[in-house]
Amino acid sequence: MTEKKWPETWQEMNPGCMVFRPGSASEYHTGSWRAKRPVWDNAKCIKCGVCYIYCPEGCIAEKADGYFDANLDYCKGCGICAHECWSAAIKMVNEEG
Amino acid sequence: MGKRVGMEVAIASAEAAALCRFDVAAVYPITPQSHVAEHLSDIVNDGRVDASFMTVESEHSAMSAAIGASATGSRVVTATSSQGLLYMSEVLPIASAMRLPIVMIIANRAVSGPINIWNDHSDIMLQRDTGWISFFAENGQEVVDMTIQAFKVGEDRRVMLPVNVNMDGFQLTHVVEPIIMPDQEEVDRFLPAYLPYATLHPDRPVSMGTLGMPDIYTESQKSKDEAIVHSIGVIREVWKEWEAQFGRKYEPIGSYRTEDADVALVTMGSMGETAEIAVDELRKQGVKAGLLKIKLWRPFPFDDLKKAVQGIRVLAVTDRAVSFGGPGGPVF
Repeated sequence: MTEKKWPETWQEMNPGCMVFRPGSASEYHTGSWRAKRPVWDNAKCIKCGVCYIYCPEGCIAEKADGYFDANLDYCKGCGICAHECWSAAIKMVNEEG
Repeated sequence: MGKRVGMEVAIASAEAAALCRFDVAAVYPITPQSHVAEHLSDIVNDGRVDASFMTVESEHSAMSAAIGASATGSRVVTATSSQGLLYMSEVLPIASAMRLPIVMIIANRAVSGPINIWNDHSDIMLQRDTGWISFFAENGQEVVDMTIQAFKVGEDRRVMLPVNVNMDGFQLTHVVEPIIMPDQEEVDRFLPAYLPYATLHPDRPVSMGTLGMPDIYTESQKSKDEAIVHSIGVIREVWKEWEAQFGRKYEPIGSYRTEDADVALVTMGSMGETAEIAVDELRKQGVKAGLLKIKLWRPFPFDDLKKAVQGIRVLAVTDRAVSFGGPGGPVF
């Protein structure tokens, strides 16, 4: 039997909907809401990290090569990174289907 | 043994909370509750209870602070009235949804407008469906007893819900009544130290007040309703225990001269004692009158009421709040 990620009926709920497993919110992939995804043009990127600083989800991280990328499991496609990017290196591209 | 004292009921309610050794009081003063707020503050200031008194800037903050304090595992008391209770409204269902056994003493007062500081039940009726257990006291003694009982009921692991104790503004709050004040040793015997189900502590991480998406939200409401519906069993148990220890009987529906009654009044709160006199007068005139007093408002004691009304032909239900455009008052 596989363990359920969260309760499905009232009988399964902890009193007060309390959750005793730390970090369980990370299992909720808010990236499924996204209509547009950020795409970096590293030729324009100056590696300043403004996208990383402004991301309200905290899902943009620096890669080993010093450029940046978004974790699409959590990126909601808000576009703040693209709006803030000094060198206009980020474009918001429509998600297909 | 408890001592019979003459005490203003608002002061007595704060004294009752002190006997329960509360840890935190977060209160904002409002007429006619102010004496409760002031006296809780005095009790903490005088070092009579090892507690914090939080001087919050509003009732919304009072309830928010009470929720936060209760989530850390503190025994929490607050008090309010009328507009103050309405200002708390947004946070009241959160306290019950988080299953935090906060006790709130309410000095029932009319809601504006017109502006009116005197007593009716429109404040609590507007908060009726927030998932709090509601007691209605008839006199000062019941205010004291119910305040102590409220902690025991709310903190029971089978309940884990906030409880409000309703006392009529002025009719009770500002009246000096003879009250048997239990002593500390008696209350300690009745009310054990609060052992919370969970507390906000880094050693044992817990998320409280979580997000509930539509697929679980309705289930969460059912879970809360089950908790309050089934709390009546614990309330009965606690009241039996109280009766055994203190000799004063509590029932969800109190009855007065109803054995052979044809007609009966239904009251809630301080009106009960006045109504007893009216029943006595009617009996002298040959009317077979009786009286039913609702002491437990939520969860509503349907079975007790059905039993209590047996044989009575006419019920005269008194309501002290209007459900505008509705089918009658909330009690009716």
